[in-house]
Amino acid sequence: METILHITDLSKTYQSAGRTLTVLSDINFIIAAGSTNAIVGPSGSGKTTLLGLCAGLDRSSSGSVQLNNINLSSLTEDQRAQVRNQHIGFIFQNFQLLPTLTALENVMVPLELRNEKNIRAKALDLLDKVGLAERGHHYPSQLSGGEQQRVSLARAFSNAPKILFADEPTGNLDAETSEKVVKLIFDLNKEAGTTLVLVTHDLELAAKTQRIIRIKGGKLIADEKTING
Amino acid sequence: METNAVNYHRKINLRWLLNMAWRDSRKNHSRLFLFISAIVFGIAALVAIYSFKYNVQNDVNGQAATLIGADLSISGNKPVSASLKQLLDSLGDERSQERSFASMAYFPKSKDTRLVQVRALQGGFPYYGSIETTPAEAGTSFKKGKMALVDKTLMLQFNAHPGDSIKIGNSLFLITGILNRAPGQSGVVAGIAPVVYIPMQYLEQTGLLKIGSRVNYSFYYKYNKPVNMDRLTKKIDPTLDKAGMRYETIEGRKENTGRNFGDLSKFLSLVGFVALLLGCVGVASAVHIYVREKIASIAIMRCLGVKSSEAFLIYLIQIVGIGLIGSVTGAALGTAIQHLLPLLFKDFLPFSISVQISWMAIGQGILLGVIISILFALLPLISIRNISPLNTLRMSFDTVNPSRDPLRWLVYLLIMLFIICFTFLQLGSWMGSIFFTLGILAAFTILAAVAWLLMRVMKLLINDSWSYLWRQGFANLYRPNNQTLILMVSIGLSTMFICILFFIQSILIGQVSLSASGNQSNMILFDIQNNQKDSVADLTRKQGLPILQQVPIVTLRIEQINGKTAADLQKDSTIKISHGVFAYEYRVTFRDSLSESEKLTDGTWVGKAQPGKDVPVSIEENLAKRASLKIGDKIIFNVQGVQMPAYVSSIRKVNWGKVQTNFQVVFPTGVLEDAPQFQVLLTHVPSNKASAAFQRAVVRSFPNVSIIDLGLILSVLDELLSKISYVIRFMSAFSILTGIVVLIASLRISKYQRIQESVLLRTLGASRKQIFVITALEYLFLGSLSALTGIAIAFGGSWLLAKYSFEVPYTVSYLPAVILFFIISILTVIIGLLNSRGILNKPPLEILRTNA
Repeated sequence: METILHITDLSKTYQSAGRTLTVLSDINFIIAAGSTNAIVGPSGSGKTTLLGLCAGLDRSSSGSVQLNNINLSSLTEDQRAQVRNQHIGFIFQNFQLLPTLTALENVMVPLELRNEKNIRAKALDLLDKVGLAERGHHYPSQLSGGEQQRVSLARAFSNAPKILFADEPTGNLDAETSEKVVKLIFDLNKEAGTTLVLVTHDLELAAKTQRIIRIKGGKLIADEKTING
Repeated sequence: METNAVNYHRKINLRWLLNMAWRDSRKNHSRLFLFISAIVFGIAALVAIYSFKYNVQNDVNGQAATLIGADLSISGNKPVSASLKQLLDSLGDERSQERSFASMAYFPKSKDTRLVQVRALQGGFPYYGSIETTPAEAGTSFKKGKMALVDKTLMLQFNAHPGDSIKIGNSLFLITGILNRAPGQSGVVAGIAPVVYIPMQYLEQTGLLKIGSRVNYSFYYKYNKPVNMDRLTKKIDPTLDKAGMRYETIEGRKENTGRNFGDLSKFLSLVGFVALLLGCVGVASAVHIYVREKIASIAIMRCLGVKSSEAFLIYLIQIVGIGLIGSVTGAALGTAIQHLLPLLFKDFLPFSISVQISWMAIGQGILLGVIISILFALLPLISIRNISPLNTLRMSFDTVNPSRDPLRWLVYLLIMLFIICFTFLQLGSWMGSIFFTLGILAAFTILAAVAWLLMRVMKLLINDSWSYLWRQGFANLYRPNNQTLILMVSIGLSTMFICILFFIQSILIGQVSLSASGNQSNMILFDIQNNQKDSVADLTRKQGLPILQQVPIVTLRIEQINGKTAADLQKDSTIKISHGVFAYEYRVTFRDSLSESEKLTDGTWVGKAQPGKDVPVSIEENLAKRASLKIGDKIIFNVQGVQMPAYVSSIRKVNWGKVQTNFQVVFPTGVLEDAPQFQVLLTHVPSNKASAAFQRAVVRSFPNVSIIDLGLILSVLDELLSKISYVIRFMSAFSILTGIVVLIASLRISKYQRIQESVLLRTLGASRKQIFVITALEYLFLGSLSALTGIAIAFGGSWLLAKYSFEVPYTVSYLPAVILFFIISILTVIIGLLNSRGILNKPPLEILRTNA
C-alpha cells in the first residue's frame, strides 16, 4: 500500500527557563494513503505537537517528516505553506475560521490561493455537502459551534487534500452535534479517498478509525489496528 | 522524491491580496479609523500651512509692485551729495522723494503726545497701489496743503478725527484723513511706530531736521517703458554702495517677502509636523495591537497556505488604504482650516491674502500622510512575517523575539532618515534637523526607560500587605499584555510637546516683561541737542523724575580697518570682514568707565585718550567678530567728514537685554567732546499719568526731542506677543487634539486587552466598584507618571532651547505645567473608565459571547 506520511526518529524539544524540555522523543511510524488513523493520549502527552509536526506547521528538533514523499524538514516556512495549500486539509478544535470572512469566503480561500476556476460554485457545492448552502453569507460569529465546524470541514476538503489533520474536532461541541460532525468527517473522507489523521483523547471517536497510535510522555507507546482496520 | 508535485513558485496575486485586505478589515473599520484618525490633525495642520504658504507666494508675486509702490526705490540715512543727486535725478520717468524720521507728535485737542514715524512725501508715490486712507481721496490730496495723514491706531488712541490738528515739531497740520495702511507696511509695524504722512514742502518748517537727527532719505522711481532692472541696478550699485545707500526692485521685494514668510511657514510646518509625529506614535501603537489581535487570523491564513510575504502585504494594503483615508480627511480639514489662517496672520502681513484651494499642498499632505503611516506601521507589520501557523494549535508557541529581526532596525533607520530629511526641508539646516531628531529620539528613549523602570519597580514593590484592589491595579502595569510602554510613550510625548510650547511662550513673554520691571529706566529721550542738554535735565528733575543716564551720542562711520576699505572688500573676497561693517552708520559714545551692562572679554580699558596719539576704542564682541577685529587692530573712523585714526584697546560683552543705552563702539574721553553730537537721557516714570505729563512738558519746550515710552512699547509688544502666541497656540491645538486622539486610541485598544481579565474578575464575583477602582488606579498611575515624565522632559528641552537657541535666561511659569499635569492625568482616567464602562455595565456572559 502507498505511504502518505513517513515519520522517522522524530523529536521535539523546547528551551524553557534555561532548561531543555523534551515534548516528543524518537517517534517512528508510517501512515498509509487512504487510511484513517487516530493519535490518542492524555493531556500534555505531545499529541498536538506531533500533529503540528506531521502537518508541517512546525519544525522538528531532529528526525524527519515525509509527506507525500516530500521531506518537510528541508523546506522553508513558505514552501511548507505551499505544501499545506496543495496537499493538506485541517480541522481544529476551535474551528479557526477567519472571523471577518463569511462562511462562503472562508471555504473559498484555499481555492483562491490555488488560483482555481469556478471558485464560488465549488465552495457553494462544498457548503451544500455539509448542509450549509443557505448560510454561506453568514459570518462565523453568526453560526453555532456545530455549523462553524461544518464550514471548517467544507474548507478542509475544498483543496481536495491528500491528507486531513483533525485536532480534537469535537472538543468544543455537544454530544449530539459531535455525532453529526464525526459522521460528516468520515463520510466526506471516504468519498474523497483522503487519509485521515485524528488527534483526540476521546477513545470512542478513535475507535471509529482503522488504527490507533498511543502517545504518552512524548513517546509512542502503542500502535494498534482497530476492528475497522 | 516527488517534490515537483508542489508548485513552490506561486506568483503574487494582487487582486486577491486587495480582496483579502478588504475582507479582513471589514469588521474592524471603525477601530482602524480611530487608529488612523491620529494622523488626521497633523496632516490638516500641514496642509493648512502649505496652502497658506502657496497662497502667500502667489499673493506676493501678484502684489509685489504695490508692496514697494515703485519700480525702483533707493534709500540711505544721510543727505545725498551733489554728485549723487545728479545720478538720482537721472533715474526714472517719474520721481518721488520721502524723508522719514522718528519724532514726537502732539495732539492739541487731547493734549496727548506720542512718538511717531513722520514721513514727508513729495511726488506721485506710490505709483502702484495706494496709500489707503479714509476718506480714500485724502491719500493724494494731503500733499496739496499743510495737511497730514495719521495712522488709524493713533487716531483711535487719542480719539482724533479728520479735521483735528496734529503738531509735528514747530508746525501744526490739519488731519485730512485716517491712514489705514501705508504701502508695504504690516499692522504690527504700524503698532510700534505709527506713521504720519506730511507733504515734504512743509518739512523745513517743523524745524526737526537738525544735525545728528536720524533721517532716512528715500527716492522712488517709476519707468513708463520696461527697463532691464538687473542691468540698471548693477550699473548704479557701486556708486550707491559707496554712498551707503541701498536699492530695492520689485523682483528683490518679491524674493525678500517670500523668504520672510517662507521662514514663518517653515516654523509653523515644524509645529504641524510635531503633531503628525505624535499621531504616528498613535498609529504605530495602534497597529501593533491590531496585529497582535490578528495573530489568530494570520495563523489560520498561514495554515491554509498563505505565504508570509502575502500575509504581510494583506495588512500593508490595509494600512495604505486607511492611511490614504486619514490623509485625505486631514487634507480636506486642512483646506477648510486655511480659511482661518489669513485672519490669524492679517496683522503680520503687509498685503491681503487670498484663500484658494492648493492642490500642491493637498498632494504633499496626502503623500506625507501615506508615507508616514506606512513607515510607522511597518514596525508592527514586519512581525507578521514571523507569525507561525502553529498559533492555530497553541497561541503560546509564538516565541519570536522581535528585536532580533534585522528588518526592524532597517525600519528604525528609515524613520530616523525620514524625520531628518523632512525637518531639513523645513529648517534648511542639517545640524538643526539632526538635533531635532535626536531630541525626539531622546524623549522617546527616556519615556521608554521610565516605563521599563516602572514595571521593574512595581514588580519589586507589590507585596501581600497591599490591599487587593491596589495590588491588582498596579500589577496591571507589568503583567503580560500590559499597555505601560505604549501609553507612557504616547501620553508622555503629547504632554511634552504641549508643555514645551507653553514654556517657550512663557520664556519669550517673560523676557519682555523682565525688561520693564523694577526701577529700570522706562523712558528714553533722544535727539537732545548739545545746547538743550542741561535744560532737559532740569525739566526732568523739576517733574520729580530721576536722571538714570545721560549720554552723548556721535554718529560716525568706519572707513578703514587695518588699511582695508569697502572698495578693497569688493575686490578681494578673501578679506573676512562683513560688508555691512563699512556701510553702517555707528552711534557711539565716549566715557571714562565701563557701564553696568558691559564686561571686558579682552584687552584693557582705556578711559582717557592721549592727545596726538591714536585713539584707543572699545569694540563690542559681535562687531569684533563681524569685522574680524583683534586687540591692536587699526581703524580709521570718519566722524562727519573728519578722519580719526584709532586702535582696538579692548573688546566688550554687552547685555543688550537691559533697557539702557548700549554701544558697539565706545571712545575714551578727551576726543569726541567737540564733535557734532546729540544727547540721550534715560529716566523712570512711575505711572502713565506722570508719563503723559512729562511728555507734554518736553514736547512743549523742546519739540525736536523724541521720547520712547517703554510702557507703550511694552504694551504694543505684549499685544504682538499675544498675537504670536495665539498663532502658536492655534498650531499647538493640532498637537493637543492629536494627543487626545492617540490617548483615546491607545486606551480603546487596551480595552480589548483588559476585557477578558475584568470579565473573569466579575465572573469570580468582583463588584462593579472594585473593577472601577482597579481600572481607575491603573490609569491614574499611568496618566500621572506619563504626564510627569513628559513635563520633566519639557523642562529640560525648553531649558536647552532657551540657553542655546533663544539665548535668553530660563524663566518659566509653572502654573501651565501643573494644570497640564492634572488635565492629562484626569483625562487618562476618564477615558480609561469610559472605555471600561461596557465591561462594568453588562453581564459577564454577554461580553464573553461577543468577544468569543
